[in-house]
Amino acid sequence: MKIDWAALGSVFGVSLAFTVGLVVLFTLGINGLSRREKAAARGGSAALAVTGAYVCFAACAAAVAYGIYLIVVKP
Amino acid sequence: MESFSLILAIVVVTALAFDFTNGFHDTANAMATTISTGALKPKIAVAMSAALNLVGAFLSVEVANTISKGLVDETGIRPEVIFAALVGAILWNLLTWLVGLPSSSSHALTGGLVGATVASAGFGAVHGDALVTKVLLPAVAAPVVAGLASLLATRFSYGVGTADGEATRKGYRAGQIASAGLVSLAHGTNDAQKTMGIITLALVAGGSIAPGSNPPTWVILSAGMAIALGTYIGGWRIIRTMGKGLTDLEPRQGFAAQTSAATAILASSHLGFSLSTTHVVSGSVMGAGLGRKGGVVRWSTATRMFVAWALTLPAAALVGAGAESVTDLGDWGTAGVAVFLVAASAAIWKISRREVVDHTNVVAESGEPAGVVTAAIAAVTPPPAGLVTEDLTATIPAPVTEPSPAAPAAPPAAAV
Repeated sequence: MKIDWAALGSVFGVSLAFTVGLVVLFTLGINGLSRREKAAARGGSAALAVTGAYVCFAACAAAVAYGIYLIVVKP
Repeated sequence: MESFSLILAIVVVTALAFDFTNGFHDTANAMATTISTGALKPKIAVAMSAALNLVGAFLSVEVANTISKGLVDETGIRPEVIFAALVGAILWNLLTWLVGLPSSSSHALTGGLVGATVASAGFGAVHGDALVTKVLLPAVAAPVVAGLASLLATRFSYGVGTADGEATRKGYRAGQIASAGLVSLAHGTNDAQKTMGIITLALVAGGSIAPGSNPPTWVILSAGMAIALGTYIGGWRIIRTMGKGLTDLEPRQGFAAQTSAATAILASSHLGFSLSTTHVVSGSVMGAGLGRKGGVVRWSTATRMFVAWALTLPAAALVGAGAESVTDLGDWGTAGVAVFLVAASAAIWKISRREVVDHTNVVAESGEPAGVVTAAIAAVTPPPAGLVTEDLTATIPAPVTEPSPAAPAAPPAAAV
């Protein structure tokens, strides 16, 4: 019996890294948007935070696109 | 098409029935957290999941082409063996649905196939190594991998910021919907195709199509429809266990759990170490529950779920083996198994009607532990109250006895 520890290990590592990375990125993006909300309430703007937020969301969207690519190309 | 015998037709119909149970058994995987956190309305969530399952079924036929290879010796496999395997898988799926426990549909199918093969051709026809490395080990690894990832993600997410407000609420809602959509799509490509593979295997075994050919279009279409319909009907009992019974999730946790599940499923299928969707999602939900400060996992529900996982393979195998030995008796044996399957399914459905769980009460009613506690309180509370009133009647009898004479007094007054 040969257990493919390498495959198991890489699944573990990739899942961990991707999940934590994605969720933190998304949380940062949401923090940015929420900062804009607060700034708007005070009549100001938070251009930097909003730009950062959209960069974060774009990265998340890219990750989702890559996920769909994986599903379609290699099930 | 002239060789399309009766047994083949029965196998195809049974396979589609299994696909249907697979669909409504696994709706919870994609949508339970989305529903319980309120990101989507229950009906809309299952409709979306059904549509994506259907789309996923059409994306490729790779999984269908590799189904069952390596696990059992497919040379000389008869349609009856496949039929017996499906009977085992369907019954186990329905039973776990009845008690609201998420368990792997793939394991049920594998178990049924192994049991039926052993009954038909002996233990030699099952590849034990493949069973351990492809089924048992992933079953243990999946919840650990997804659970740890989701635990850490939740912890980091709460660490990075606890922003509140309209933008935050909308953001996590969108994130949950996107990640749930990915899980649905991945489920469609994997699980709808398992049925396609089974039907194709049966068609090859029955000599209806040439070995090595792709699934015919009508197989792809009907398998996709069956799983989408099952998903849309929704396994509300399992959704309730997964979304509410295991732990209480905030939108942020739901997002972390769903992202971890989607990532683990895609990574595992991409890297060739297939994990069960059900196990992955259950693990990630528990991880998300533990990741929040003050979060709890209801271990009693989790333990029952683990027991169901451990039982899935042997139970489905036993039913599969039993069904196979009966079909071996001849055509009337096969007919008997078919009747038994229909009767047992009807009985399970009948029992399920005693306590209906559907889209109206899937979120409102809390899971089993809370129900048990309330029941216990309800059972315990009256006696002390009775004791108190008895003590009271000894000193002040009037207030206690007054209501009862007043009630009978009313009808005569009305009659006059």
